[in-house]
Amino acid sequence: MTLRGVTKRFGERLAVDGVDLDVPAGSCFGLLGPNGAGKTTTLRMVYGVTRPTGGEVQVFGIDVSREPRTVRARLGVTLQENALIEPLSPEDNLRIFGRYHLLAEPELGRRVEDLMSFLELESHAGVPVRNLSGGYQRRLSIAMSLMNRPELLILDEPTTGLDPAVRQALWARIRELQSNGTTILLTTHYMDEAERLCDRVAVFAEGRVESQGAPRELIERHLAAEALEVECDAAGERVVLDGNEVRRMRAGNRLIVYVDDAAPFLERAHRIGSARPIVRPTNLEDVFLAITGTRIEEADQ
Amino acid sequence: MTVSLPYALAVWRRNASMYARTWKLNLLPNFFEPVFYLMAIGVGVGAYIDQMGGMSYVEFLAPGLICVAAMNGASFEVTYNIYVRMEFENVYDAMLTTPCQPTDVLAGEILWAVTRATIYGGTFYLVVALYGLAPLPGSLLALFVVPLTGLLFAMIGVASTLRVPTMDFFSFYFTLFLTPLFLFSDVFFPIEERLGGAWLIVAEALPLLHPVRLARACFAGDLGWVSLWDLVYVCGLSFGLFVWVRGAIGRRLTS
Repeated sequence: MTLRGVTKRFGERLAVDGVDLDVPAGSCFGLLGPNGAGKTTTLRMVYGVTRPTGGEVQVFGIDVSREPRTVRARLGVTLQENALIEPLSPEDNLRIFGRYHLLAEPELGRRVEDLMSFLELESHAGVPVRNLSGGYQRRLSIAMSLMNRPELLILDEPTTGLDPAVRQALWARIRELQSNGTTILLTTHYMDEAERLCDRVAVFAEGRVESQGAPRELIERHLAAEALEVECDAAGERVVLDGNEVRRMRAGNRLIVYVDDAAPFLERAHRIGSARPIVRPTNLEDVFLAITGTRIEEADQ
Repeated sequence: MTVSLPYALAVWRRNASMYARTWKLNLLPNFFEPVFYLMAIGVGVGAYIDQMGGMSYVEFLAPGLICVAAMNGASFEVTYNIYVRMEFENVYDAMLTTPCQPTDVLAGEILWAVTRATIYGGTFYLVVALYGLAPLPGSLLALFVVPLTGLLFAMIGVASTLRVPTMDFFSFYFTLFLTPLFLFSDVFFPIEERLGGAWLIVAEALPLLHPVRLARACFAGDLGWVSLWDLVYVCGLSFGLFVWVRGAIGRRLTS
């Protein structure tokens, strides 16, 4: 999948602004970024329901806007909001969805059965969807997007709002699909999810890709190895920093300092009696905040 | 973008399988409604009317009411139901992740609305026939008018649905458009006997007038040039609206 200089304008608003992405077959690629950064619009352009204002989207080497039917026959999409038929059972939902891919019996029945077992839905096979928990509804949505055995699976916030056990279970399925050769393109607000699943990620802000690469690589590129979190005021901050010009972020009383060696800073934090200082390895969430952080503070005000 | 019949049928089948689950419940009101109309207006009011349009009042009324049933069946489907599927249930968003195109979705929905109209109108016809009001074989021709009426009002309804800003506007569609059509389209009285001059030409614009007149001509075995004009109107307007809606649904469902 390749995006070259892709732009999408809705009236006055530039939702996606000159995005270049390369997603090699068989890899897992994550789109990160705050709400409204252009992730979903980018996904929609990949499966061809949103037409780019400029640039080109190629999937499987095919121009999506020219041959949307061909491209969509080979990919699957789990939408951000489940689109399930609530009075029907998971089995009936799958069956109806399979027909949109022109699947017919007995193949349709076989695939429904396979997917019910792959996403562990059998115990709830006959229960109306409206009576299922959020976790089971999400499993079903993902099962539906696998109906045509897609080569590319697009997941828009696959685990938002789910409990940890369900998230773990879904991650396992996603990894299994990837190991069987399926290319995965997902959006997420969870940095742990991105670090766990994605070979590469792109951080979006205001319609542009601010940075992209492997999660580790991004961390090294943007921030020092260690993060020190302390509670302190401006005077305390001066003591902790001790004249060092280092990358730092502040959210209210909480100060995060990114340094290669946190030990001397921690010592000074203890000296000013700061409550509960923490030293930890820098993670993707820090990078995310560093790239999009100022905007988050603006949003808070 | 052209319509692909297999994909359109998959869309049709979704609605059909939803309907099939509750068909008994759905069909029952379709059955009682005509009985009530025929009793109250046809037999009740009809008792005070010697003749209308050269026949007994209940005979005059029956073909028109069949068309009204078809109109209502299609209209509910393409207004409230399509709006809910589009805006609240994300049905079309899900369909468009598959090879289905907006035009296939449109064709499937129209096909379903026509089916629904045929079920409504067909049931009404059955009741009318049980009353002994459907002369054979002429009235059987009216059975072709039923899906055509469905098609016409499916097209008018979809075109409106794609333009309404919120679902509340459908109450205007029903009370300010369909209700007057129901009352002034030859169903209850022959409009040409009440109107004169230029008004008669204006009346020809009313969409329901044409299927009603066509169905009545079928019942009476009295098809003529006017029937041909009615047929041309119904098919022509349906086709014209389809051409417009085909573009509009693409703009609405994709961006």
